[in-house]
Amino acid sequence: MILAILEIVKGSLTETSLETVTAARDLAQKSNDSVAALLMGKGVSTLAPTLKGIHTVLVAEDPHLEGYLPDALAEIAAYAIRQKSPKIALAPGTETGNDLMARVAARLNLGLATNCVEFSVEGGSLKRVTRLNWGGSLLEEVEIFSSPILLTLAPHALAAQSADGATPTVETLSLTLTEKALRVRMKELIPTEKKGISLTDAKIVIGGGRGMGSAEAFKMLEELASLLHNAAVGATRVATNNNWRPHSDQIGQTGAQIAPDLYIACGISGAIQHMVGCKNSKKILAINKDPEAPIFQRADYGVIGDLHQVVPALIAELKKLKGA
Amino acid sequence: MKVLVCVKRVPDTGGGFKLTADGMRVDTTNLGFTVSPHEECAIEEAIRIIEKHGGSSTVLTLGPQAAQEQLREAIAKGITSAILLEAEDYEFWDPAATAQAIAETVKSLGFDILLFGNESADTCNYQVGLRVAHLLDLPCVTGIKALEIQNNTAIAKRETKDGWEVYEVPLPAVFTVREGINTPRHPSLRGIMSAKKVPIEQKKVTKPASQIVRKALKKPQEGRQLEILGQGVDAVPKIVEKLREVGAI
Ligand SMILES: Cc1cc2nc3c(=O)[nH]c(=O)nc-3n(C[C@H](O)[C@H](O)[C@H](O)COP(=O)(O)OP(=O)(O)OC[C@H]3O[C@@H](n4cnc5c(N)ncnc54)[C@H](O)[C@@H]3O)c2cc1C
Ligand SMILES: Nc1ncnc2c1ncn2[C@@H]1O[C@H](COP(=O)(O)O)[C@@H](O)[C@H]1O
Repeated sequence: MILAILEIVKGSLTETSLETVTAARDLAQKSNDSVAALLMGKGVSTLAPTLKGIHTVLVAEDPHLEGYLPDALAEIAAYAIRQKSPKIALAPGTETGNDLMARVAARLNLGLATNCVEFSVEGGSLKRVTRLNWGGSLLEEVEIFSSPILLTLAPHALAAQSADGATPTVETLSLTLTEKALRVRMKELIPTEKKGISLTDAKIVIGGGRGMGSAEAFKMLEELASLLHNAAVGATRVATNNNWRPHSDQIGQTGAQIAPDLYIACGISGAIQHMVGCKNSKKILAINKDPEAPIFQRADYGVIGDLHQVVPALIAELKKLKGA
Repeated sequence: MKVLVCVKRVPDTGGGFKLTADGMRVDTTNLGFTVSPHEECAIEEAIRIIEKHGGSSTVLTLGPQAAQEQLREAIAKGITSAILLEAEDYEFWDPAATAQAIAETVKSLGFDILLFGNESADTCNYQVGLRVAHLLDLPCVTGIKALEIQNNTAIAKRETKDGWEVYEVPLPAVFTVREGINTPRHPSLRGIMSAKKVPIEQKKVTKPASQIVRKALKKPQEGRQLEILGQGVDAVPKIVEKLREVGAI
């Protein structure tokens, strides 16, 4: 059995959950095995019939399971793995999926390979997996010696595919959650105010780095953004560490992952930890005064020059075009 | 209050990766070393907790002798003491083994708060903190971006798309920290000088059999073809053209 441990947000299976199901079906097909999925939460059994191409859906519907209860979910998932002894159990490599599987792995005293992007199945068994290192700027091939094999799948490593087939058999898991499993629980959710276009939704992102020189200078990027459709301003770690911008504006390995149509990098050297956050941009335009800056090896368009001259000139030109 | 922070020494790779000839490691010739930004923030958080509530803080790393550099930098910023679990082959320890060694060392030291990075900079396993928590039978909240201590309770917050999730856990507890929880300070010159003299507690540790074994490192494809639009302000018309192409204006 290949067991897919799925994430449900606001009553629906997430995109990364569907990717996980796709990977599980693929692994099962290559190793001639069956596929099961585990659904945990309140009222999740209604989702079971939507899962096609899967043999069994295990359902755990404890009334306690509201909000994020990581230890409770881990108890259930560990129980399911003990009961069913799958060859492989995999979950989405999201923040919550990685958190859950680490708790499961600790409970079962098993290894866990997080954020996998490739699987190599030979002679019907999973030999090696490739996982992300450095937030995705390097790949690591590993061999896993523990059994069952526990994995998480990096988001968007593959595209979710629908499948045909009979509706799966539903099996209810019942176990009583201990007090301890409920000790880490969300008490409250404080909604954040949505203001403007978010970095991850913007079609155009303008990023500023050390070359901006000050918090003041970012006003010019804000102005440029206001002259473009669907644009937002981002920053490098140098800019956020200098308090020129809030950390929520940071793009990169330890910041946001963006995928706009165009990323305009101003005064940014192109360090891999920054670029891994914007590598999914359709096009990258770099403005840098140093022709040797590494960003020019990772961009589609380059402007060699002082951003403090280029950006104001660009703003003036756009205003002229708007006025005309 | 006794606070522990765990950090991992990693190369500061900046412009790009070079791999060693056997493809097993990042070639660190001519590279400096650092710790993950998440861990820098964990260090800052530990210092702030002690400044506010009193007590002591300890930084711990499992790594080579050279990792004294990262420990002393933390002390220079204000951490009280340091522990080095010496393993020259630390890059090949899997997270279960690292967690086991850390848990064994700290279990009798009576820490109230144990801070980790959300994930290490290089191998990004997302699990050492949670595994240590499990081995010590402590509650753990991951990926936190705010932490407040009231009496013997910690209020930790995680930031999600929908808002701030608030968790309340009794101490002792483990937290894994994300960058953005604070802005780390720089060490003072005086801090750097006095950190040189602080003795570091050292213990040699041996790698147990790994469940996850590295076979190779590989670089992903990077395929962009650079077109130079021009020098300085002369490039403006071409930039406008590109903005039009993507529908930005
Ligand atoms: C584990 C880890 C995680 C990290 N995570 C992130 C992350 O999430 N995001 C991130 O951004 N960084 C991250 N970093 C830091 C990263 O390695 C770089 O240090 C950082 O991205 C550099 O920022 P920068 O390009 O603004 O500054 P610099 O590297 O100093 O580059 C500044 C550039 O500006 C140019 N410049 C200067 N003045 C001008 C001017 N007037 N006009 C035009 N160009 C000018 C210079 O030529 C130079 O190329 C991380 C590092 C580590 C080790
Ligand atoms: N070798 C190590 N020594 C000390 N702490 C470590 C080590 N490896 C990982 N950690 C800690 O565990 C966190 C998570 O690591 P990982 O599970 O590898 O992503 C890191 O951010 C560190 O705080």
